[in-house]
Amino acid sequence: MPTLVSHPEEVKIVSSRFGKGATDIERYLELDGYQAARTAVEKGADWIITEMKASGLRGRGGAGFPTGMKWSFVPKQSEKPKYVLVNGDESEPGTCKDHLIFLHDPHTVIEGTIIAGLAIGAKMGFIYLRGEYRYLLTIMEKAIADAYAKGFLGKGIFGSQVNFDIVSHTGAGAYEVGEESALMESLEGKRGIPRIKPPFPAVVGLYGGPTVINNAETIATVPHVLRMGGEAYAKIGSERNGGTRLFCLSGHIERPGVYELPMGYNLKKMIYEIGGGIRGGRQLKAVVPGGSSTPVLLPNEIDIGMDFDQVGKAGSMLGSGGVVVLDETVCMVEFALRTIKFYQHESCGWCIPCREGTDWLKKTLTRFHAGAGVAKDIDNIRYLAENMLGRTFCPLGDAAAMPTIAFVKKFRQEFEDHLNGKPCAYAKQTIQEPVLV
Amino acid sequence: MTTEAPMEAQTIFSPELAARFDKLVTLYPVRRSALIPMLLYAQDEQGYVTDAAIREIAQRIGITPLDVRNVLSYYSLLRTKPVGKYHVQVCTNISCMLRGGQKLFEHCKQRLGVGHKETTPDGIFSLEEVECIGACSWAPAVQVNYDFHDNLTADAMDAVLDQYRKQAEK
Amino acid sequence: MADVTLTVDGKKITAPAGTLLIDACRKAGIEIPAFCYYPGLSLQAACRMCVVRIEKIPKLQTACTTPVAEGMIVATDTDEIKQSRKAMLQLVLANHPLDCPVCDAGGECELQDMTFKYGAADSNFVDVKNHREEQQWSPVVYFDRPRCILCYRCVRVCGEGMDVWALGVQNRGVSSVIAPNGGDHLDCEECGMCIDICPVGALTSGTYRYKTRPWEMTHVGTICTHCGDGCKTTLGMRSSGDGMEIIRGDNRDKSGINGDFLCVKGRYAFDFANHKDRLTQPLLRNAEGKLTPTSWEDALAFAAQRLRKIRDTRGGEQIGIIGSNRTTNEESYLLQKFARSVLGTNNIDHHRTADYVSFAKALAGQEQRAASLRETETAPAILLIGNDPTEQHPMLAWNLRANVRHNRARIYIVNHQEIKLRRQATSFLKISADTYSTCTRFLAGEENSAFGAEATALREALSKEPNLLIVFGAELHGSAIESLVRYGLSLPDTKFACLGDYVNSRGAADMGMYPDMLPGYVPVQQPGAFATEYGERFPAAPGLDLPSMLDAAARGNLAALYVVGSNPVHRYGVAAASLKNTFLIVQDMFLTETALLADVVLPIANLYEKAGTVTNTYGDLQFVKKAADRSGVRTDLELIVRLADKMGADVHSLVPFGQGTRADMGQSRGAQSGEADRHAVWLAAQNLEPKLSPFDPSALLDEIQRLVPGYHFSRLELFSGNDQHVQATAHNTGLVQIVNPAERRDGVLPSEDTLFTSGTLGHYSGKLTEIHDSRNKEILVAAD
Repeated sequence: MPTLVSHPEEVKIVSSRFGKGATDIERYLELDGYQAARTAVEKGADWIITEMKASGLRGRGGAGFPTGMKWSFVPKQSEKPKYVLVNGDESEPGTCKDHLIFLHDPHTVIEGTIIAGLAIGAKMGFIYLRGEYRYLLTIMEKAIADAYAKGFLGKGIFGSQVNFDIVSHTGAGAYEVGEESALMESLEGKRGIPRIKPPFPAVVGLYGGPTVINNAETIATVPHVLRMGGEAYAKIGSERNGGTRLFCLSGHIERPGVYELPMGYNLKKMIYEIGGGIRGGRQLKAVVPGGSSTPVLLPNEIDIGMDFDQVGKAGSMLGSGGVVVLDETVCMVEFALRTIKFYQHESCGWCIPCREGTDWLKKTLTRFHAGAGVAKDIDNIRYLAENMLGRTFCPLGDAAAMPTIAFVKKFRQEFEDHLNGKPCAYAKQTIQEPVLV
Repeated sequence: MTTEAPMEAQTIFSPELAARFDKLVTLYPVRRSALIPMLLYAQDEQGYVTDAAIREIAQRIGITPLDVRNVLSYYSLLRTKPVGKYHVQVCTNISCMLRGGQKLFEHCKQRLGVGHKETTPDGIFSLEEVECIGACSWAPAVQVNYDFHDNLTADAMDAVLDQYRKQAEK
Repeated sequence: MADVTLTVDGKKITAPAGTLLIDACRKAGIEIPAFCYYPGLSLQAACRMCVVRIEKIPKLQTACTTPVAEGMIVATDTDEIKQSRKAMLQLVLANHPLDCPVCDAGGECELQDMTFKYGAADSNFVDVKNHREEQQWSPVVYFDRPRCILCYRCVRVCGEGMDVWALGVQNRGVSSVIAPNGGDHLDCEECGMCIDICPVGALTSGTYRYKTRPWEMTHVGTICTHCGDGCKTTLGMRSSGDGMEIIRGDNRDKSGINGDFLCVKGRYAFDFANHKDRLTQPLLRNAEGKLTPTSWEDALAFAAQRLRKIRDTRGGEQIGIIGSNRTTNEESYLLQKFARSVLGTNNIDHHRTADYVSFAKALAGQEQRAASLRETETAPAILLIGNDPTEQHPMLAWNLRANVRHNRARIYIVNHQEIKLRRQATSFLKISADTYSTCTRFLAGEENSAFGAEATALREALSKEPNLLIVFGAELHGSAIESLVRYGLSLPDTKFACLGDYVNSRGAADMGMYPDMLPGYVPVQQPGAFATEYGERFPAAPGLDLPSMLDAAARGNLAALYVVGSNPVHRYGVAAASLKNTFLIVQDMFLTETALLADVVLPIANLYEKAGTVTNTYGDLQFVKKAADRSGVRTDLELIVRLADKMGADVHSLVPFGQGTRADMGQSRGAQSGEADRHAVWLAAQNLEPKLSPFDPSALLDEIQRLVPGYHFSRLELFSGNDQHVQATAHNTGLVQIVNPAERRDGVLPSEDTLFTSGTLGHYSGKLTEIHDSRNKEILVAAD
């Protein structure tokens, strides 16, 4: 069972019910559950979208698109049914926040889905969980059944004239399905290959109908936004970055865990105060700020606020909130290899640059790290990554290319040191240490 | 093509699962949406997705077995070969790697005497190195079938394995 | 749609709104490379070769998924784009084996061409390529996985184009692989479209692989000899010990009526020409009653002498002629002219596979009512009565599917079987096999009794179709065709197509291979100009039709039978004994059941070995070029002329040769010197003779054009390889009056060929037989 952590600096909104038994619907109701949905049914779509826009809530999946705006793009009139799709295919390495939401507060996700449905005029919602989260699917299925039993789902929800159904759905192991159009393909029972855009999901999405697709954390935040008011929520965060965010601290840190902090919270402070600093008092070497696809930051680059704009300015991305901390013992070539190995494994194979690029990056890095590198490899690794960047069918290619470019650029000396059959000085250090603490 | 709703009398699945499938295909606007969950549940019951399961599922949905194979082979949790009773999946992705995931995987290899995607001769355990399983803040983490085990050490891992072995021997 | 104007590489171009940028550029002569983009198939955006820079958009965009927009400014040839394309090629080549020297596609490979252009020859990769062994998926389809670049063209052409869906994509990432539906083999129609469409050598053909290099072949575009659709096929030939051997058939240049489509027969079933049983010497029945090889001189002299004697002593009515569905128009025309003007008989017929006579009669006086095959791809609505185009007219089926896919055409099907095309149909009306004419009369409003609610709904739906194309099979004949045409003519702008079975079935009918019909469906009793053209021997009364000739022979009332490219003994189940009193001359490629009974057997060239024209079942006239060659055989045309000559006929009046280019080859001095000579060179290059010899088909084409009503066409277009739509019924309407229609029997006997059979020719195609057998074996295994 994942351990819950706490820190006084935290502002617990999405995580406010964690550890309080809210999987039980009665307990959830005691903790102000389903109030937002009830109000939303009364006040209607325009009110919901106004509040969402005021909240400054931006998508928690990684791209950071303003949620209220996204919902307002869905056409009011549509021949085909509209759908709400909750992306719980959490797979970005370094990220485990949705895991906790589904585990501790499944009803918030249901409530958020109902509200999103009301906002766009959908009659049906789907909650897609990655296949590995089977025990969470069981929790979610029970929560949905309980909500039906209470009349919160089904015909005439909350005693109104509105109908709304939710189906929970399991994936079966594919990072690529986290891409919104690939998720829709997967939900339609197909290979998780992204779709050509435009058209965008808001116009032509699931089953060809207009679709709003949001990250599970975004959806779980929605009831809180309505409960506290959009403006009040916006005030918690930084400029143009409303509210709080679940940050998953992992790696070489004293107190790893999922912490809820205001948007714009200082990264350095996050590592050293919230997370208790580098494990064993060692030196910080690098930070991956938002999951494995975000370019790595050097120690001198981390005095920044953690919001979409400030991290972007620092040359990386806020991403999915997975803060991975690396200490001085890490071999960056090995780390780059492990990162690319993941993307090679998860590339859907649809387009040439991603399919071939990730594989050749993996092959080259594997050999290079093993001590059989040649001088041109270093430039070739960068050449490969740079020629993938911006040219692949979907963002997965970029997600593989961006960190790779950063590794070579920022740690070129370490790559040079691996040349000419030299053993990996860095990894040797790592291996010799008793890692299994 | 996909609108036919063939339901044959016999099924290769348990009555419970067959009933679940009957319901599952009606939950979605199109039957095919039930495909991936069906494959996963079939695998849970039978250990892997058998040829017979592919045929029956194709028929239940009204698509070709080729369509089913195209989809099945895409998803990494789905397999067409048997594994051990307890499938030990060790995450070695970055967050786990930094906290000894790789080492833990090596430890499991030694302990179980099998390599990546191999099964012990007694069929109790199989081992697989997997990508991120969403337990990064509690690394290193391992999934045995669907159960998570996190913050593992070599000793803790041994205890986990012992527990499963005992369960298997019961 | 309205046109939009955009700027590409500084050049202003205009294209209809909604056009894809890649198409607009290509049309304007700006090359955009692509592997996955293929006109007519769904979009993939997978190969990333077509990237272009569009002003105001931060990333490079794929031209294959971007519609043109007003004022759009596009760059397609900058350094950035070249680099991007080069990098894609380097990535493809990283794994793609460089076995080009032995690869079938070498020299014809899109990857080679693009590498040549974008210069991705250098590689920085030092790691090992992923290798997999080659697999055989069917008698004709081989898959070499490492060569595959995953453009998904094969998957789409099989699914979207053919509606077979036998190929899929399995696994993911770098393990992604094209997979056949049978696990390790294909269960499909074996059309080979996947092989042709493959831009590299990943899918190769079982008949062609490792046989030659493309540049070692000569390529000739001619017409497939099998079904009545008359597809163009480009044959690849190589010289062999006894001629020019065909080693490949495809239509990669997309020329001709069929675009790039060919079915299993068009692509593979040319190998009958190389069958070991092929006749290459004339045979004469000797004193012991055995067929023995002889010289051409002896065989022709003997046959001619016997024919002449019979004609002169017993009369032309004692001689019968059975023609072919696979000879050229010129040969068919010549054969009936030979019968009527030299032998003095109207006893001429052929194996009829459709009732073209009733069709012609029903359309008499109408202009522009017979549809071209091309129109089946564009007509907004199609009524298909009878036939199973998927099996019998694969090109028609391809067009109908494409029409539904691209234009949302409405297809209404009436059939007694659940034919596969019903999957594309707007409505499918199943009737019993014996009610086609009742159903037709019902649609026409000529049937008083009800025909069910579905038929009523169909009639209702059809009444709202302003541009209906009615296509019907051989299930309809005689008065049913007349009802149907009357009905169609009652709707606005309806067109028609009548489906017959073989490459020149329509031509045989148009050329008057009937006992009662002259060329252009001119009745024998009202011969008009033909009376003087065909001279004094031309009999005034209609002759015997094919079954009557066979009956007469059995009764001992037919002294001679001349069979050209036909196998009536097999087709009509004739007992050997019934021909024992008939002098039998057979022209064929093989010792068929009919040839075995013959007194004289003359070995002939097939359609791939001669020049001329053929008319497909829709009335599209096409040019047949001589492609292959085989020593020891002669064309039917030559043999008819030689027979006539040996009989003492005036060859010059039979074949109007020597009337085109004269022996005077133009001026010998001055600016125009050699002009005619150059023309002669061109003619020779096209395998045409400058009308100097009596064996020149173009001399007969002159006569056809002059005498056959409706055969109006442009020679320039025809000789350029373009199809020309002719309507043998639309003109000289006064002539098309069928006498005593009630007494006439249509004599239609559908061949009922499938995708894997082709009459007698099919038996001698090793590949077709192999495919046919391997499928039957699978069916048997599946039934176990």
